Amino acid sequence: MLKIDGLSKRFGDKIAVDRVTVAVDKPAMIGIIGRSGAGKSTLLRMINRLTDATEGAIIFEGEDITALRGAARRAWQSRCAMIFQQFNLVPRMDVVSNVLHGTLNRRSTLATMFNLYPQEDIHRAIEILDRLGIAEQAAKRTEALSGGQQQRVAIARALMQNPRLILADEPIASLDPMNAQIVMDSLRRIHEEDGLLVICNLHTLDTARRYCDRVIGMRDGRVVFDGAPEMLTTATAREIYGAGEDFSEAATSTEIETLDGAEEIRLAEACV
Amino acid sequence: MHAHGEIGRIQASYMAEVRRKRLYGGLTLLLFTVLMVAGFVIVDERSAGGFWDGLHRLDDYMSEVVAEAWQRRAELPGLIAKYFPALVETVNIAAVSTLLGVLGGLVLSLLSTRRLARWPRLIPLFRRLSDIMRALPEIVIALMLIFVMGGGPVPAVIAIAIHTAGALGKLFSEVAENADLKPVEGLASTGANWSQQMILGVLSQVAPNYISYGLLRFEINVRASAILGFVGAGGIGYELRNAMSWGPGRFAEAAAIFVLLFGTIVFFDQLSSRMRNRLTEGEGQ
Repeated sequence: MLKIDGLSKRFGDKIAVDRVTVAVDKPAMIGIIGRSGAGKSTLLRMINRLTDATEGAIIFEGEDITALRGAARRAWQSRCAMIFQQFNLVPRMDVVSNVLHGTLNRRSTLATMFNLYPQEDIHRAIEILDRLGIAEQAAKRTEALSGGQQQRVAIARALMQNPRLILADEPIASLDPMNAQIVMDSLRRIHEEDGLLVICNLHTLDTARRYCDRVIGMRDGRVVFDGAPEMLTTATAREIYGAGEDFSEAATSTEIETLDGAEEIRLAEACV
Repeated sequence: MHAHGEIGRIQASYMAEVRRKRLYGGLTLLLFTVLMVAGFVIVDERSAGGFWDGLHRLDDYMSEVVAEAWQRRAELPGLIAKYFPALVETVNIAAVSTLLGVLGGLVLSLLSTRRLARWPRLIPLFRRLSDIMRALPEIVIALMLIFVMGGGPVPAVIAIAIHTAGALGKLFSEVAENADLKPVEGLASTGANWSQQMILGVLSQVAPNYISYGLLRFEINVRASAILGFVGAGGIGYELRNAMSWGPGRFAEAAAIFVLLFGTIVFFDQLSSRMRNRLTEGEGQ
């Protein structure tokens, strides 16, 4: 359904994404791992068309996304929801309004300015919030919520878009382990229940192993690993992170379980 | 997650809030429209000529000025050179009054900022003082001073400086409110007095913003001092009033002055935006 073909992005003489080619044939949960600066964010931003590609193509169900302009590009963006590390919500507006922003592509500027959303949209927004377990916060200002709750509002906004795929750019990097787990569980559940393609940038290996069906490893803008999480050996992980002999998964972990005891690490290493 | 009833309750209460907000929004919009229309009708009725009757004459006047200026276009460079000294006087008035206003605004702002003020109890006094200075239009102060002291640039300088001090006092104080207090506390711990704390601890933080606001005010003051020329404060405004009110035959002079004024404002606008850019870029270094 999604085909990325020789996609590159240059900033001046620095190359952020270097001829990335990836094919996805059915909805899956895909984790992109790599250290910061590996080009993960730029890749997701190019898929959403927040950033223009320098060369290469992104084909979604036969349509060339990279060539879209104006209203067609915005229509694509509404089908391709994005979740950010810093949530990127409007802090001074209430939670439901932020979720309703997921419908902006279908509404006129004037209608949204005067808050004239249809009742069925408002009801649906609250149902989505309920599905994510934060319906009680509906009328609160978004800035009053905790980080984990705000990220769930962002996921609700993404779902409100009725997307075909969800891109998540380091969705748990600003969260504590407890909230990180809630957010990752929600994304996994959405993938399983709604059959959506979810592409998720992660900087820790164990999260990718635990939640994803497929892992793509990036280093210096290039794809250096693409396969099932079980195929990811410690040697490959070291190559992705550019780390030495002392590298272990526990060192990059943010999971409660791995931090709590050595049990999980041993299990993970048994898989390796 | 919830039983259906619970969700229904949340939806109903949120919808009630949305309806209330929409009602307020609609009422505000209605009020705004009514005020706009009513205000326009009143102004139109009470004006001597009437807006719609005079509208087409605006066009006539402009075309007369342009036509005459075009006819006498050969004289324009000479006229521009003739009025250049008057322009220098106007810019001079603006520069002196901006300097005085910045100094006044600086003192007023520090005295009326919470957590910084020398006498915290007098904050309301200094705030009202800068409100009053800001509320008085330059032209009112200038007319009063010209009546007392006679025409010339000094009344204009005082009038503009008073208004500038009031306006900058408010803007400066908003910047100072966001200043980091830790350096001030550090200086206080060494036994520094209030002025030393302000100059070394606060001004070094807010200087780029203050200079940027000061330059913006200078641009505004060039226009203000040109207008004050109309009421006898000298400079290019005085020449413009003469040229405009004497009517046909002097429209080329008016056009030359417009060109000069326009050029000056563009020049200082460019200059100050360059300087402001340099200030904000230099911040990191």
